[in-house]
Amino acid sequence: MTTDRRTAVPPGADLPDHPSFLWPNPDPAKSYDVVIVGGGGHGLATAYYLAKVHGITNVAVLDKGWLAGGNMARNTTIIRSNYLWDESSGIYEHSLKLWENLEAELDYPILFDQRGVLNLAHSLQDVRDSVRRVNANRLNGIDAEWVDADGVQELCPIVNVSPDVRYPVLGATYQPRAGIAKHDYVAWGYARAAAAMGVDLIQNCEVTGIDTVGGRVRGVRTTRGRVAAGKVALCAAGHSSVLAAMAGLRLPVQSHPLQALVSELLEPVHPTVVMSNAVHVYVSQAHKGELVMGAGIDSYNGYGQRGSFHIIERQMAAALELFPIFARAHLLRTWAGIVDVSPDASPIVGLTPIDGLYLNCGWGTGGFKATPGLGDCFAHTVAKDKPHQFNEPFTLERFTTGALVDEHGAAAVAH
Amino acid sequence: MQLISCPWCGPREEVEFHYGGQAHVAYPDDPAALSDEDWARFVFFRDNPSGPFAERWSHAAGCRRWFNAIRDTRSHELLDVYRMDEAQPARTGTS
Ligand SMILES: Cc1cc2nc3c(=O)[nH]c(=O)nc-3n(C[C@H](O)[C@H](O)[C@H](O)COP(=O)(O)OP(=O)(O)OC[C@H]3O[C@@H](n4cnc5c(N)ncnc54)[C@H](O)[C@@H]3O)c2cc1C
Ligand SMILES: [Zn+2]
Repeated sequence: MTTDRRTAVPPGADLPDHPSFLWPNPDPAKSYDVVIVGGGGHGLATAYYLAKVHGITNVAVLDKGWLAGGNMARNTTIIRSNYLWDESSGIYEHSLKLWENLEAELDYPILFDQRGVLNLAHSLQDVRDSVRRVNANRLNGIDAEWVDADGVQELCPIVNVSPDVRYPVLGATYQPRAGIAKHDYVAWGYARAAAAMGVDLIQNCEVTGIDTVGGRVRGVRTTRGRVAAGKVALCAAGHSSVLAAMAGLRLPVQSHPLQALVSELLEPVHPTVVMSNAVHVYVSQAHKGELVMGAGIDSYNGYGQRGSFHIIERQMAAALELFPIFARAHLLRTWAGIVDVSPDASPIVGLTPIDGLYLNCGWGTGGFKATPGLGDCFAHTVAKDKPHQFNEPFTLERFTTGALVDEHGAAAVAH
Repeated sequence: MQLISCPWCGPREEVEFHYGGQAHVAYPDDPAALSDEDWARFVFFRDNPSGPFAERWSHAAGCRRWFNAIRDTRSHELLDVYRMDEAQPARTGTS
């Protein structure tokens, strides 16, 4: 993290609109070595590492809307690697290490800020699970500590640690290297660098079909014509099931609305990131000053990029329980993205039964933090036709073999 | 707030209901005969369409009965509700 860069204004960041001058806006060519479907963080990072690490530059990223206007534009930017299982530790910690050098790598300020994350424990079972996770993290070389309620207050003085509440704070796990980054700048940084290496970033180009011949992918059909491709890599997040169905593939994911909200701009009051599964809210304060809050998914399947208002109400009630001083803050804006939730709350990344078709989905509510790590591993998978060691456990086949990576309750998994 | 019409109680607020995912997924006739692939399909794989979807809801804070609905997952509009013992309305599919 370089402080001087962090305070610099990235090119285009002072403008109200998407800085499209950071990359050209080409028409799709007739054919590419690799077509990536979805220009969110994952698609852009995958394109970047394909070009940078593997020298594959005859690549197009196709997006049905504008670049990074899906979940990449809507997430609450929490970055951490304190997951329970070894498989998760592998890929999330790989990603966190890449985050730590990403500004220099992309030569672009992304406001990556390692302000630490507290995952609160509110019951004896929470405490036991949390301590277990701290130990598991340490065995995997991940920074993690258990702090008691006083420790929580020291790290984040505005948390209410009074014992007289419905869900008292008994302590928390703390990962000092966790933090947040500016999602748009991350996308623009990857997009700019990928475009500079020759990748075509094509917006307003919806993939409507995937052509296969004899079990091998041949290209995609789009609203802007047919595009031939040696390989096709799916990075469509909430729309993964729809894309996979075009190739006759069924996925074990369900698409749900996930909402978040921000307050008006406030003076700095919240120095870290606080998450609570029991009270079910998580909060950080963005660099500009707005409080950024989120919680769980809306229960029903939905592709509408909006959710129900009672979810927001509950989220605010939970926030007030933990942070009484927020009572006078005003809600400014709420929104939703579509998240692709898998049965074990872990991603699905790897090969498919169709040659040349690669799958990246199932990140659900927590894939922003994986952007660099996934990009690196998925590019490797596509280039070598073989999974990288860190995405090897995350196959589609695990739902048949039973080798699940169950991060549901165990890892304080939310975002 | 979205209103959902329980087939027994009529329109009630969404907070009274609990979501049950895809409807018409029958328990396997002969579980012992199932392959690993079949089990995986039954346990983990559900339809996830963008569009009309046949799904289950429970009126958890009302009559506590389960029923089925066809809902468009893009607009969240409920196109039909029907009782568990009624056939899926013919005019909409699950995909
Ligand atoms: C409210 C909210 C809060 C979140 N908070 C966090 C968090 O704090 N930390 C964290 O790690 N993660 C978080 N996430 C999850 C994270 O945002 C996602 O896991 C991640 O962004 C998914 O990868 P992506 O960026 O590539 O997705 P997206 O940005 O959604 O990219 C997918 C792209 O595919 C495109 N697409 C879809 N269909 C087609 C088609 N047919 N043809 C062409 N293009 C298509 C879409 O337009 C979209 O741009 C949050 C998500 C939401 C919604
Ligand atoms: Zn009822």
